[in-house]
Amino acid sequence: MNEKLSQDEVRKVARLARLSFSDSELETYAAHMNGILAYMDKLNELNTDGVEATSHSVSMDTLFREDQPLPSLDREEGLKNAPERREGFVKVPRILDEH
Amino acid sequence: MKELCSLSLSQAREKLLKREIGAEEITRAHLERIAEIDPKLNSYVLVTPERALADACESERRLAAGGAQVRPLEGCPIALKDIFVTKDIRSTAASRILHNFIPPYEGTPSGKLAEAGSVLLGKLNMDEFAMGSSNENSAFGPCRNPWDTTRIPGGSSGGSAVAVAAELCLASLGTDTGGSIRQPASLCGIVGLRPTYGRVSRYGVIAFASSLDQVGPFARTVTDAAHMLKAISGHDPHDSTSVNTPVPDYPALLHGELKGRRIGVPKEYFVAGLDPEIESSIRRCIAAMEKEGAEIIDISLPHTEYAIACYYIIAPSEASSNLARYDGVRYGLREYGEGGLEQMYVASRSKGFGAEVKRRIMLGTYCLSAGYYDAYYIKAQKVRTLIAQDFKRAFERVDAIVTPTTPTTAFKIGEKTDDPLQMYLSDIYTVPTNLGMICGISVPCGLDSKGLPIGLQLLGKPFGEAELLDIAYAYEQTLGFKGKPKL
Repeated sequence: MNEKLSQDEVRKVARLARLSFSDSELETYAAHMNGILAYMDKLNELNTDGVEATSHSVSMDTLFREDQPLPSLDREEGLKNAPERREGFVKVPRILDEH
Repeated sequence: MKELCSLSLSQAREKLLKREIGAEEITRAHLERIAEIDPKLNSYVLVTPERALADACESERRLAAGGAQVRPLEGCPIALKDIFVTKDIRSTAASRILHNFIPPYEGTPSGKLAEAGSVLLGKLNMDEFAMGSSNENSAFGPCRNPWDTTRIPGGSSGGSAVAVAAELCLASLGTDTGGSIRQPASLCGIVGLRPTYGRVSRYGVIAFASSLDQVGPFARTVTDAAHMLKAISGHDPHDSTSVNTPVPDYPALLHGELKGRRIGVPKEYFVAGLDPEIESSIRRCIAAMEKEGAEIIDISLPHTEYAIACYYIIAPSEASSNLARYDGVRYGLREYGEGGLEQMYVASRSKGFGAEVKRRIMLGTYCLSAGYYDAYYIKAQKVRTLIAQDFKRAFERVDAIVTPTTPTTAFKIGEKTDDPLQMYLSDIYTVPTNLGMICGISVPCGLDSKGLPIGLQLLGKPFGEAELLDIAYAYEQTLGFKGKPKL
């Protein structure tokens, strides 16, 4: 089978998706993805020149509404599910290095 | 008490309105039956007895007051796929990453059902984030088919189908992105309706593939499905893709006439891969419909064979984008990993998502990545247009299309878990509906030689749910299969 994706490329996709895999998982994912992507090639049998792409499932006109403030989620309610919080904020690990 | 669980939703509704039975009585009967039967099936991931009894109490009060106080589904016990966001009730999408998520708001479909006076019994099992065709990809373990507990119930709304088939609720809600209502309804021998995209609001429905997701009911009769659809349909300012067209009075529009209906039979749905027992069962149904006065018309939907490839590009692509929100920051599972913020994202996602969800995120990320976007995603969107045009052309000549719902009856638990592509191919007859932006329903039409249910699929025009339900009702009244599993 024509391999579309090497394990290195699968690793790269995993980085984009913010996922990590062990080497053996990487091997399985590469095999599955190659099998599935080979099947997708079926679409190239079809000439789609000049065919419009369906990007919305209902005909979409831009919808406007009055710019009116409405009540939204209470801060306490919004923070209720946060894994870690401090002083009314969600707390996360350090973003920038200290150096 | 048990007989109360065997009533159809419409029967229960009548009896409740006439005060022949009480809301608390029918609610308790269901809670008892869940405790007795569900350990064998695993259809509920959360039972909410306190909420159910409180709802029942409110219904009793309104029924006693009578008149305008009484609501359309007053006192009817129902349950929801765990993809629906329910205020103050854990909502997980059957994922570890949402194992502890207690929503601070109520979604529209569940809210509308509550407003209609129904009683919430609990939340139902499913494939994680609705990704799967067997309900095996659940953080709560597989759900089992009540007709044979060694087999899958179908997916992704497996629990929603099982709970209705096993009489553990009167009706339920699921979602259908590529067949996730019709396929499990078929494999469990009940009715499952996927409305047209835009008919029901998706606000508070945990997103999988936003251009394909749609909410719909499971029920034991077509009339029950019509009542449920009426309760959940309509425009919602919180979802700009919900369409602002009037909601027909679906139950009142059921007349049950097949005479003169033009029913299309697409040749592309009767090909290699279709179980011969299913084929002969569906053909028998078609012949019987003709005898009842329907006009049977051979049609062609030439792009059917491209639907799976098209779907499994579009759905994972949209999923990879939708699921980017699960990062361990504001809610759900957080794992710290080694170091800073980005390591936290990676650790939370890698630990929180199951194998199939990761596979689809990977596929979607690849299809959307620089250099591949046109070749995969745009190509698939163009093929989607061709599939939609097939249906448009067909509906110029016919009122409905009849097909099998699935190529096989329920398979064994574990049978397809190592081969994702084989699993994907089991969606072949349901996926085109979603790509084509039409509506569809599966109704039971018999059992195979193993005693497993076979489903007949009827497809209807965009926003043609009333006509589709009427044709399904006519079929059900004259020819439908009415058996139920022994438990």
